[in-house]
Amino acid sequence: MSVTLRINPIACTGHGMCAELLPEVIELDRWGYPVLASPAIPRPLLDHARRAAQACPRLALLVEEKAGKHR
Amino acid sequence: MPVSAVTGGTTRRVSRLLAGLGYPPGLSGHERAYGPLRLPLRRPGRLVDVVEASGLTGRGGAGYPAGRKMRAVASGPGRKAVVANGAEGEPASGKDRLLLTRLPHLVLDGIALAAQAVGADEAYLCVHGTEGALLGHLDRAVAEREAAGLDRDSVPIQVTGIPGRYVSSEQSSIVQYLNGGPGKPTFSPPRPHERGVHGKPTLVHNVETLAHLALIARRGDHWFRGAGLPSAPGTMLVTVSGAVRRPGVYEIEMGTTAGEVIALAGGPAARLQALLTGGYFGSWLPAETAWPTPLTHAGLRAAGGSLGAGIVVAWPAGACPLAETARVVRYLAEESAGQCGPCRFGLPALADALAALAFSGARDGAIDAIAALLPLIERRGACRHPDGVTQLVRSMLTAFPVDAYWHQWEGACDGVRHPPLLPLPGDEERDWDWG
Repeated sequence: MSVTLRINPIACTGHGMCAELLPEVIELDRWGYPVLASPAIPRPLLDHARRAAQACPRLALLVEEKAGKHR
Repeated sequence: MPVSAVTGGTTRRVSRLLAGLGYPPGLSGHERAYGPLRLPLRRPGRLVDVVEASGLTGRGGAGYPAGRKMRAVASGPGRKAVVANGAEGEPASGKDRLLLTRLPHLVLDGIALAAQAVGADEAYLCVHGTEGALLGHLDRAVAEREAAGLDRDSVPIQVTGIPGRYVSSEQSSIVQYLNGGPGKPTFSPPRPHERGVHGKPTLVHNVETLAHLALIARRGDHWFRGAGLPSAPGTMLVTVSGAVRRPGVYEIEMGTTAGEVIALAGGPAARLQALLTGGYFGSWLPAETAWPTPLTHAGLRAAGGSLGAGIVVAWPAGACPLAETARVVRYLAEESAGQCGPCRFGLPALADALAALAFSGARDGAIDAIAALLPLIERRGACRHPDGVTQLVRSMLTAFPVDAYWHQWEGACDGVRHPPLLPLPGDEERDWDWG
């Protein structure tokens, strides 16, 4: 199972909640929109990532679980 | 390197799609030019095999294998839909318009064939809704076929006008519009081949791709491979403009070099410094690099360019490519659907930075300001619109480093006063500052 983060750029309006809740992975660009350091989420941050996705007022942050080669 | 690439001399003319131009318009001329089409297909699935074996790739810009796309749609659940994309968004392209105005039945043949091959019960031919005359012309062509009983066993082809914006010709935009939406790109998945028009697996092909399909169905995959390269078979339509003696749409074998294409278009009308290949989502290439490059997706990619929808603009030494890139990027920024933040804010910022380099000049950091914006825009939109713009700008910085340096340290060059060469819709209403 691999877990990745994805942003729906159409839904996102740059509230910036995700960068507050998941600063290890997400920072904001000069216009306030999220930039992912990497789409893969390190395991220890999984709960934080889910919380950030739930907190997004536009539901634009997607935690996607895909069956993968590893685990 | 073949001698013709050096001399720009002899080029073998090829006329497959455009063979019908010498015949009277209408269905009878069409059948005399290409031969009758036998419909319905006895084994619709067989056509998908033939298209796959032909090696035909999409002629709309992406160059995806046409047969593989058809197979993906055909293998989906339930009834399917087919969309012919004739909404030529690229202002420097004229091939789709030529096909639709002069050879509409070749495109309509292709739609009817594709619809049968994938099992569609809906078929659309989409052009920009602002093109009233073209819409009427296509409606009459469809009516002519119906009167002749040609597509009796096929699905009716609906000629549809879609919004005239640049991004509305993107395939997800067209699908969204046909589903009752505003015609803007959508977040994927689902992609149209999975779930498109009315929820059906939907085949979206460029009109030129469908015209090739109409000939492949008549003559077979072996015939198709008789032109072009083994790795890039067949012919393609290219639109040549800029500093050439006979600008226009030409049919070439895949793999013809850029130099041969310029020769075909009458040769350079001035000393050339560069070619813009692939249109406004394409790339600048220095003329010396571009000249011997074969026009295939792989060939141009290896040279740092892109083929796109077969656009070649010959760039004269006297015109400033930085100024025109700034102008085109301003247009593309305005054409953003405005849905995604990085595109909505990034493209105007990029256009400003390009204008500062091109026109204001003598500003320390002007090049760095452009380079810093590119990663903030790339791969951050729902569609490829922002990525196409950054590719054009990156190629400008790569192809013209000396010009960029000159503009940054010395100011605008004399070339900024050259009249614009790259066509933009509504250009006359734009207030361009040409210094």
